[in-house]
Amino acid sequence: MEMLAYLIPISLSLGALGLAAFFWALRSNQFDDPEGDSRRILNDEWDDHPKP
Amino acid sequence: MGSIETSRPAACPACAVAPAAEELAEGRAPDKAQLFLSLPTIHCAGCIAAVERALNAMPGVREARVNLTLKRVAVEAEPDTTADDLIAVLDRVGYEAHELDPGIIAATATDKAGRDILMRIAVSGFAMMNVMLLSVAVWSGASDATRDMFHWISAAIALPAIAFSAQPFFRNALSVLKHARLNMDVPISLAILLAAGMSLYETAQHGPHAYFDAALSLTFFLLAGRYLDHRTRAVARSAAEELAALEVPRALRRAADGQEETVAISQIAVGDVVLVKPGARVPVDGVVAEGQSEIDRSLLTGETLPAFAGPGARLSAGEVNLTGPLSVTVTAAGEDSSLHRMADLVAVAESSKNRYTSLADRAARIYAPGVHLLALAAFLGWLAGTGGDVRLALNIAVAVLIITCPCALGLAVPAVTTAASGRLFKKGMLIKDGTALERLAEIDTVVFDKTGTLTLGTPEPTNLGNHPRRELEIALALAGPSAHPLAKALAEAARKAGIHPAPLTDVHEVPGHGVEGRLGGQIVRFGRAAWLGAEAGPETAAWLRVGQGAPIEFTFADRLRPGAQEAVAALRARGLEVRLLSGDAEAPVADLAGRLGISEWIAGALPEEKAEAVAALSRGGRRVLMVGDGLNDTAALAAAHVSISPATALDAARVASDIVLLGQDLAPIAEAATTAKKATRRIHENFAIAALYNMIAVPIALAGFATPLAAALAMSASSITVSLNALRLR
Repeated sequence: MEMLAYLIPISLSLGALGLAAFFWALRSNQFDDPEGDSRRILNDEWDDHPKP
Repeated sequence: MGSIETSRPAACPACAVAPAAEELAEGRAPDKAQLFLSLPTIHCAGCIAAVERALNAMPGVREARVNLTLKRVAVEAEPDTTADDLIAVLDRVGYEAHELDPGIIAATATDKAGRDILMRIAVSGFAMMNVMLLSVAVWSGASDATRDMFHWISAAIALPAIAFSAQPFFRNALSVLKHARLNMDVPISLAILLAAGMSLYETAQHGPHAYFDAALSLTFFLLAGRYLDHRTRAVARSAAEELAALEVPRALRRAADGQEETVAISQIAVGDVVLVKPGARVPVDGVVAEGQSEIDRSLLTGETLPAFAGPGARLSAGEVNLTGPLSVTVTAAGEDSSLHRMADLVAVAESSKNRYTSLADRAARIYAPGVHLLALAAFLGWLAGTGGDVRLALNIAVAVLIITCPCALGLAVPAVTTAASGRLFKKGMLIKDGTALERLAEIDTVVFDKTGTLTLGTPEPTNLGNHPRRELEIALALAGPSAHPLAKALAEAARKAGIHPAPLTDVHEVPGHGVEGRLGGQIVRFGRAAWLGAEAGPETAAWLRVGQGAPIEFTFADRLRPGAQEAVAALRARGLEVRLLSGDAEAPVADLAGRLGISEWIAGALPEEKAEAVAALSRGGRRVLMVGDGLNDTAALAAAHVSISPATALDAARVASDIVLLGQDLAPIAEAATTAKKATRRIHENFAIAALYNMIAVPIALAGFATPLAAALAMSASSITVSLNALRLR
């Protein structure tokens, strides 16, 4: 049962990491155009090299 | 040009060190223009690529980025780029575009309230999953010290999470309680607070049941409903604001030194002289000081035939100048102009509409007191039944509150509205008002305006075939260079018929009258009946006169808006009565009604008469959908049960209507009526699902058999069922 002393903090901090990542994504405007972003992957304009 | 960024700090002594202030002091021009265009017709990956490629290839454009969710494009360009250039380029690649006011968009670009709710959803979701993880251990048999420890950890996660995430509910509940009323947020807040408080007490007392997970999942699901609701409304609101900005309000003023300057309408004062170029909209009320022209009043009165305007003629804001430049002495601007006076008429009609209560409100009014009474009854009943066991009675009362908490109800309406308005947005319709869909589902009569709504307001020649080729050649030569709508329509139709212009010399426009030229030794004229000495008939017409010969009539009819025929037919097929209400003369109205098969029509209606006609129908027990675009329709739009206006309508009409058609096509109207009916049916189904679930779960809770596991299962199951039912709408 002592394993719980490690496992619970680990699971909580992993979850918190995900939460922090979501906050970062939200603040950097990544949820502004969900519809467009889902279609942009079909665009072949920058397939050969990344956008400069 | 006014869209050039000007949001720089004002020059002041204290900020002289700031580089921006230095730039200002040197009088340097802003280094870039930020432009926004609305693109109502884009819908796919190909459209995004085509629009961005076309714009990025333009000289002067630095970056163009499409936002498909909002159907708009943001362009960063050299300061001398104008929206008109961009619109022309997009028109060539086949996309309709309108300019939007960058000032208003900058203010609404970051949706603060939406982000706030999303953050709270994330926190409550994170806490819910972690607490649920610990609860599963308890449910599967953890006991004694382990169970207590898990409960304490749950409390440590849940209490701060609830304190942060559930704030919107607490705030709303508090504000309605202050006014001694009840809404859905009161039972929600009570359930969350009691569940958390009771669980903390049970944990301290080493009790077996803690409801931390229930309190958190309640918060999570209800926040999700709240977010859907917010997004539907925010998208509608921001889009409505942008549409209001479609006509960027500027005027060309002649300054004291004779120079022309572009200024905002708000800076125009009575007595100023404003220049109105051919093709431009009159920005103010005024009297013509110089110049002759023809004025298109169709947006204000519904008349299709342009009116003559010379010195001394009165003009109203919103009219369009057609042929010659005019200088106008301002008699009223901004708030005092006739455009704004119309707003009073609208305000009166609007106040009657605000009495509509949405389905969600009606449900909450029955539901909230019922839930409280039930929980109170459970508490008192068990208190009496067990001879004063407060802890047990309170536990059961909390279980009843949690089980009955309107989780499914909170999602029932927003989930459906979001799905429905998303579907309609894809078809090019924008729902501006939250209850518009419910009202649209109830309609039984549809009233259309004519000019600009069923028709495009652009004429089409009707009797080209009756004229000999020679006359057509002369007419084309005269009409070709003119910007007058009748001339343009004639020239276009003649060119399509393969007519070549006759070799005329000295062709020039006589503003306000028509076009004149020379054919050999003869003077040829094309223009108004009065100018050519002809007798004006009932139909819209232009006349041609060769030398001293008799004037020849060219008649015109207004072109039908695409989809008008289909929309009217589809509405009638659905059993709705279709009427036509126009301010135009009788002949064109009767003709159009005949073409569309509308038997009930009224011509020559004044704005007040239109509003009164709609109000009379409503008094007769009918639910009227009004479709109109002009200023003369505004009051009728506001008086109707629900109203639709096209994006080309005047600001005032769009503001007064509940739904805006973004594209040119009218066909989506019939579809919207069907979608609205379906949506209302789904909402009712969702209420039924929620009620059914309560009928099963409430007796169990009242009997004292509800465990935290049962509550969690029932709550998730009902919320998911309701959401899935809403998604069936797509």
